[in-house]
Amino acid sequence: MVVEEPSGALRLVGLSKRFGAVTVVDRLDLTVPAGSFFALLGPSGCGKTTTLRMVAGLTEPTGGRILLGDEDITRLRPYRRPVNTVFQSYALFPHLDVFENVAFGLRRRGVPEVAGQVRRMLSLVQLDGYERHRPEQLSGGQQQRVALARALVNRPRVLLLDEPLGALDLALRRRMQGELRRLRTEVGGTFVHVTHDQEEAMTLADTVAVMNAGRVEQLGTPAELYEFPATAFVATFLGRSNLLAGTVNGRSGDDLLVEAYGRRFSVPSARSRVDSGAVLLGVRPEKVRLVGTAEQVPAGHQWLDGTVTDVGYFGVSTEYSVRTGAGVELSVFAAADGESARIPAGSPVLAHWHPRHAFLLHHDPHHCLHHCLHHDLHDDAAAAAAAAAAAVRAGRE
Amino acid sequence: MGGRFGRFAAVRFGRFAADTFARFVAIGFGRFAADRLGRFVAERFGRFVADRFGRFVADHWVLAVAALVLGYLLLPVAVVAGLSFNQPSSRLSYDFAEFTLDNWRDPCAGPGMCAAVLRSVQVGFVATAVSTVLGTLMAFALVRHRFRGRAAVNVLVLAPVATPEVVLGTSLLALLVAAGIPQGFWTVVIAHVMFCVSFVVVTVRARLSGMDGRLEEAAMDLYASEWQAFRRVTLPLVLPGIAAAALLAFSLSFDDFVVTNFNSGTTVTFPMYVWGASQRGIPPQVNVVGTAMFAVALLMLAASRLGRRSTRSSRSTRSRRSTRGRR
Amino acid sequence: MSRSGRGRVVPYLLLLPGLLWLVLFFLAPAVQLAATSLYDPAGSLTSGYAMTWSFGNYPDAVAAYGAQLGRSFGYAGLATLLALLLGYPLAYVIALRAGRWQYLLLVCVVAPMFTSFLVRTLAWKTVLSDGGAVVGLLRDLHLLAPDGRLLATPAAVVTSLTYCYLPFMVLPLYASLQRLDPRLLEAAGDLFARPAQVFRRVTLPLSMPGVVAGTLLTFIPATGDYVNAELLGTPNEYMVGNVIDAAFLVRLDYPQGAALSVLLMVAILALVIGWLRRAGPAEAG
Repeated sequence: MVVEEPSGALRLVGLSKRFGAVTVVDRLDLTVPAGSFFALLGPSGCGKTTTLRMVAGLTEPTGGRILLGDEDITRLRPYRRPVNTVFQSYALFPHLDVFENVAFGLRRRGVPEVAGQVRRMLSLVQLDGYERHRPEQLSGGQQQRVALARALVNRPRVLLLDEPLGALDLALRRRMQGELRRLRTEVGGTFVHVTHDQEEAMTLADTVAVMNAGRVEQLGTPAELYEFPATAFVATFLGRSNLLAGTVNGRSGDDLLVEAYGRRFSVPSARSRVDSGAVLLGVRPEKVRLVGTAEQVPAGHQWLDGTVTDVGYFGVSTEYSVRTGAGVELSVFAAADGESARIPAGSPVLAHWHPRHAFLLHHDPHHCLHHCLHHDLHDDAAAAAAAAAAAVRAGRE
Repeated sequence: MGGRFGRFAAVRFGRFAADTFARFVAIGFGRFAADRLGRFVAERFGRFVADRFGRFVADHWVLAVAALVLGYLLLPVAVVAGLSFNQPSSRLSYDFAEFTLDNWRDPCAGPGMCAAVLRSVQVGFVATAVSTVLGTLMAFALVRHRFRGRAAVNVLVLAPVATPEVVLGTSLLALLVAAGIPQGFWTVVIAHVMFCVSFVVVTVRARLSGMDGRLEEAAMDLYASEWQAFRRVTLPLVLPGIAAAALLAFSLSFDDFVVTNFNSGTTVTFPMYVWGASQRGIPPQVNVVGTAMFAVALLMLAASRLGRRSTRSSRSTRSRRSTRGRR
Repeated sequence: MSRSGRGRVVPYLLLLPGLLWLVLFFLAPAVQLAATSLYDPAGSLTSGYAMTWSFGNYPDAVAAYGAQLGRSFGYAGLATLLALLLGYPLAYVIALRAGRWQYLLLVCVVAPMFTSFLVRTLAWKTVLSDGGAVVGLLRDLHLLAPDGRLLATPAAVVTSLTYCYLPFMVLPLYASLQRLDPRLLEAAGDLFARPAQVFRRVTLPLSMPGVVAGTLLTFIPATGDYVNAELLGTPNEYMVGNVIDAAFLVRLDYPQGAALSVLLMVAILALVIGWLRRAGPAEAG
């Protein structure tokens, strides 16, 4: 996409990283506008952490460029970049107290008047009075704040956050999400946040890039990604989707006609990524409703019939698994609005949805969804691959 | 003589009596307890007490065994400490005779012993300094760098540890003789550095590889150059390991007899002195040195413990969490 | 670019001095030792030795000192076994049961090593002396004949040999047991394993790296040891080290001493490799 570059944007141009034969990041093009809260979202091993490390200067790219505004920082040493990182599980210096941890960057740059800045920063992350504590004496949440303060006190042009909330429990994570948003408005600057937690990415970021197998699958606002995913991967990684395999066999006005499981469906062409051939028809589970008879299906809705096989109660909603006559399994979320009765397992039902809630994706039969989700390289595996590659390289020399 | 014998006989009889009595009581009581008392107790308190007793034995026998083994380990040290206050009845006697403080008052009374201790300290300092520097550099190379021939270097570093001292000593002697190099102070130093280096590498490497590598990355991310990251983060965190390695090297050097024996020429270190004296008769002051070394070791270990308590520690949060979970 | 170039040289620069030292004073001497073992046995230190590839030195040495060689491995094997049996409970208690006494107990294991090794060995002379309490007790219990002694017997040598290297057994065992997650033991108990089974099925297998390292660190130096045999034994208890020492320092028969040294090293290597194969791949040290 060709967009006008705001000044100071972080641009990755054809960025690649290979460890031996393994390509971890594959010709990545990405623009992070200055001042945005940007999330790189993807499963473990999709290359997001490696991308972050290349921006920080901790991993050397195999190819491509990293630009910050007009400056090419691809080959700059980490300590020459106006970029700071909040590391996964923080990497606080165990031999230094909280104050010295936060002061570390300022001292290295020879900034005058360190104490005032450190204290201001510590009070910003609500750690006044903890100056002389050692990292090990702090709770996980406090350590996380120190790590944030240690990076932010340097006023980086880009703050990199590597799964910063991954080590915290759920309640604390919620609180720190709020904290991060607050800090972001108070401090400003560009935040690039790497996470595998889609909820975290969606609540924090104004722009999300979904990465898979070293490439960006889709980039947009959280709502754009959720409402109209570009690929099957995005549709299943960001929230859940029912995907029906079919073929496009015609057009009727603004709608594409799809045949799947012997039935005909339509999808607005504005919500279609393809207009011919093998496709996946997607509907989010909460957009599907269940009724007992064909007469109850509202006009204009399309449906599949089947049997409820499983009922999961989540309080706020109920999840039904419906096995359709065609043999495909559907997920249906019914909001607990108190209007509709629970449907017991074994009941025959019709699952229906409005065509404007459906979306149409390209179907690559060789591309297995589960493979992408579960079979990807782990971050650890990437590190091991790096070591192996280095050994291979050393052996070749 | 007669008095001594009498005392020993009395002591021995006392031991014998005590032991026999204890056995009798143990066996007798055991049987009684098992038969009568056990039934009585079982009836009165149900299985509660018996079960608890069984569990107590099952849970604690290993503690008793460990205590005995610890006693075995400490017994000779205790004997050395005791002998340091002993006035032996003859030069070749190793038995307790008379209590005295003379050995501590004048530890240098034995001819040549203090000179030997001094020589050992000199050798120890030089060998420790050299081997600590060489070993630390090697440990850094092995942990922080991937390079060609790394496996071979690893083998070479570990090989002296896996070689008996006789072989180390005789090899070096064979080389020195073949090369026509006279043996003396410096050949002893060379030999000691050779076997100390391996231990230094192993010790420093353990500390270094236990260190979270991301700490250095974090430092560089926070505007520290390579040198500053080393100076401000790596070195302070590895220093306890280097100190431990130096302490180990010194104790190995100070205590080495076998390798030194083959390469010392006319240089007499403390172990060489003890070896020579063991044929002629050991001056009791030797035990003073042994006891003093033990005391110094205890002090240093205590100091390192206190030091660690105040600046603990380089362990990553991850390992800390796992130890906390263990408790 | 300059970065990766520099990165390639740095490790070698760091290694250079230490490596040089090891090559000059460990590797080269080992080669010289092997060469010396093949020198003409007719030579002497004063007249010089000629390299005659006298492989006969080896059978000659074995014929003359096979008993001492065998004794070395016998005593060292026994001492290693005893050290394992004694060291395991101690290491177990320190690692898993000592609680806040852990450091103190470790100090008790380590600190004796700082008292000179020879002085401690001589202390056994006092402990095991004919007039001492141990001999007296054993005689009273009729475990020892009324005129029986401990000094100058294999028992004394093995006792002291075990003692000398016991810390080298305890420390690696402690290290591997300490890494053990106690929850594993609880899980095993939860899965109906009785304490003995928990030990056999979980504790012992997981501490195998410690067992392997400990046995190696005990066995190797014990095999080459000759101080214990010299101080607490008689020529009947002499080990191969005594013979090597005499060959180099008393009889000045370098080729024979070198041949015995090489034999000792090769035999140890063979045993160690065999043991590592059996005990599975575990890092020693």
